[in-house]
Amino acid sequence: MAARRSPQPALPVFRGLFGPAEAERLLWRAGFGPRRGEAKRLAALGPRQAVLALTRPGREHFVGPAPHDEGGRPLAPYDAWGHDHVWWLDRMVRTSRPLVERMTLVWHDWFATSNDGVGSQKLMLNQNATLRRFWLGSFEKLLMSVTVDPAMLLWLNGNRNEKRAPNENYARELMELFTLGAKRGYSEADVREQARALTGFRNDYRRGVGPVEFRYETARHDERLKEVFGNVGRWTWRDACQLCVRHRLHPSFLVEKLWRSFVPTAPPPATRRALERLYVGSRFGTRPVVEAILRHPDLYEGPRMVKSPVVFTAGMLRAAGRGIDTTAWSWLNGLAGQQLFHPPSVAGWDDERWLDTASFLARWQTAGTLLKPAALDPKVAAPFDAPKLVERALGYWGRPTMSSSTQRALLGFAERSLADARATPWKRQQYPAMVENALRHLIAVSPDLQTA
Amino acid sequence: MNERCCTEFSRSSLLRRAAAEAGSGLPAIEPGMPVPAGTGLDRRSFLARSAGLALAVYGAGTLRLPGLEEGIARAATGRPILVSVFMAGGTDSLSLLFPHADPEYRTLRPKLALPDSGLTFAEDARLRWHPAATAFEALHREGKLAVAPAVGYADADQSHFTSRHYWEVGATNAGLRTGWLGRYLDRAGEPDNPLQGLSLDDELAPSLAAARVPVSALRGADQYSFGSHNVWGEVESRMLEAIGALGGGAGTAGDPARAQAGAIATQADQLRRQLQPFRVKGPDGNRFGSPVAYPRHRSAFPQRLAGLAAMISAGLPLHCVALNAYGMYDTHSEQPAALAAGLQVTGDSLLAFQRDLEARGVGDRVLTLVWSEFGRRAKENGSNGTDHGAAGIAFLMGTRVRGRLLGEFPGLGGGLDRQGNLRATTDFRTLYSSLLEQWLATDAAAVIPGAGSYGRIPLLR
Repeated sequence: MAARRSPQPALPVFRGLFGPAEAERLLWRAGFGPRRGEAKRLAALGPRQAVLALTRPGREHFVGPAPHDEGGRPLAPYDAWGHDHVWWLDRMVRTSRPLVERMTLVWHDWFATSNDGVGSQKLMLNQNATLRRFWLGSFEKLLMSVTVDPAMLLWLNGNRNEKRAPNENYARELMELFTLGAKRGYSEADVREQARALTGFRNDYRRGVGPVEFRYETARHDERLKEVFGNVGRWTWRDACQLCVRHRLHPSFLVEKLWRSFVPTAPPPATRRALERLYVGSRFGTRPVVEAILRHPDLYEGPRMVKSPVVFTAGMLRAAGRGIDTTAWSWLNGLAGQQLFHPPSVAGWDDERWLDTASFLARWQTAGTLLKPAALDPKVAAPFDAPKLVERALGYWGRPTMSSSTQRALLGFAERSLADARATPWKRQQYPAMVENALRHLIAVSPDLQTA
Repeated sequence: MNERCCTEFSRSSLLRRAAAEAGSGLPAIEPGMPVPAGTGLDRRSFLARSAGLALAVYGAGTLRLPGLEEGIARAATGRPILVSVFMAGGTDSLSLLFPHADPEYRTLRPKLALPDSGLTFAEDARLRWHPAATAFEALHREGKLAVAPAVGYADADQSHFTSRHYWEVGATNAGLRTGWLGRYLDRAGEPDNPLQGLSLDDELAPSLAAARVPVSALRGADQYSFGSHNVWGEVESRMLEAIGALGGGAGTAGDPARAQAGAIATQADQLRRQLQPFRVKGPDGNRFGSPVAYPRHRSAFPQRLAGLAAMISAGLPLHCVALNAYGMYDTHSEQPAALAAGLQVTGDSLLAFQRDLEARGVGDRVLTLVWSEFGRRAKENGSNGTDHGAAGIAFLMGTRVRGRLLGEFPGLGGGLDRQGNLRATTDFRTLYSSLLEQWLATDAAAVIPGAGSYGRIPLLR
């Protein structure tokens, strides 16, 4: 009789074959996809070291050409429309620490602040720097920094929240969207009391400049007693944050939401409880939680996820080895439903609904914009051989893993197109390069490249 | 172009773009500036497959998107259509239809006064059409264009933003948040047909902002096509077929996300085929199968009108439509060239639209209102331009329109107010109330605040 197997550990780690396909998925989930050859190199490290290379990276360096706009000018992310978007996209494309940018994107979606309400690219980029600084750090410290962040103060009216006229906007979202979840462990009375605890911030407006001089004024703070989650005290904004983070229902909220950023299926209950213990045990640190998620078998063995427009675009640029040389990505990603610094609401983007027929067209146009500068000239010969053309087009994208059904569809297209050309000499000469161009485009919008 | 118009004008259009979430901590850029009607309305993208259009739907509230799809398919299609065309910036009515024989004209406009164009105006011998306004002249001569040469309101506000707001909401009330056509649709529209209020633009026209019923914005009916650089001819056709084939294989792969991505590719392919009719080329290479030639011009205006005629002809359930005319009419400096360019393209496009509707046999169903937020100062300024004024010009175009003078031209002698601006002889709410009652057969009092205090003028034959 075989030895009894040990019970399934609460935090299982992936022990299957860790090949280039698994490394490729890890790079898409925890970054923006592989550069050429990167999946193979990461696979060689094995699953544990591969995750640690992402969560504990070395000093940042940038790979590839420096960004510029279509006129060759440096980006002006504080001032020029759309430059903020491509400034961040450039970091995603060139960084040696992709998980830093990916976590910054997770937090941007989590504490979703839109420049539509802030009206200052500079304040948005300052907030972005804060999110990046705490990428895998303490959630409690991150929450406190976000609470006093000028862009957030403007966005959710923290700057108008004073003792004589409390504004509940931030207090409500603090619990509903940032720490506890809708209708989980707080009441309307808690919203009102938290709003009072959060009073005291203000700023001035200077003509021609906008909002300036963000500060805390004790005279505007309500110093009386407040009762929050049954605890009575003279709570301030710091207490408001700490009471949320120490709420018994906060760890499950955080773990579940963080998990969903990387894995499309729900965490098994035992895993969720273990991740909660990890989170609380590390004094609200996010690194151990993310490391455990990235090593979990569900990430490698479970179903695929649809890439967001920004992840899709950054990934194509990385695969094609192209840097930021146009600001078009800003409006193209906007058409596809994800303009950075402009989430649709404080609840962030709806990650379940990236794809519809309108956004599909936008993704096609995005891929077309990426492919255009390197498109083959039909007058330049390419092999009159369908499998070879498919092979070459896959090579353009760094040979991503493709399903056999997609490969068949691609091959069928190439064969039919070449058959059209067979009898006509000029078509025999010009069609192969056109077919290769079309194949590159079709691969980019295939279900295989739209998901990871 | 920006440096030639006033900063307030460009700032107000910026604000319209930026103020997506009304009042969410956004400091008023100019204290006292009204918030545009429709600001903050919930917006969702939606593909109306039955209509073959990619719409941005506004204010559908809790209605699910499939409900809108059914609503469009079910909606009444035979209703009269009102098209509102906005000339942004404050059109100089004293150039568009200029008082050639008014003794004050050349005194007030020593540099800008136009020579006799020979384009006379039947009901008032003092007036001449601008030489670039030949299309308006022709429409009026045919009796298809009614002209209000001095339309506005008492004590006109000279801010672009505020005056436009008044016209959009149909009241001199800075606090109103619904547009006059939106309120009409709230009363007479359908709960599930977003095409009943259609903005041919990237964003919703404030006049269409409704409180209860859904309305929509559409950039163009021909915007759904898949091209690729250096791919054409048979290879392009094969590539388009292959987009659908990519979806076919993935549906069987068993992975939900992959299946979804595949299904969307297949749907996109089907939609592209459904939209083919809107990309048909007519004689002269026009898009939308237009039987007449529209001006060939880089702006979107002519093709938006061509697409609109095709949509009306195709029987889509449109009711109130809004779009912006070509041109920048805020002519503070170097007015002659800018004004002529705007008037030529706008007039020629409107004439082509009218001819198109008639050729398609739907002319009797459509009435077009052309308006601007104010006219310009009678006295020219020192920069070869004109500053903001009061009363301006408006037109009604259509085969059912009584194509006559509306109100009267008050003259530059006694017709100016203390600030030297033209006085209104027709209140814009008189125009709106008459349109609502005579064209849309609804009680104006339910839409325009204080409608009873404004007169009515017969607009239709």
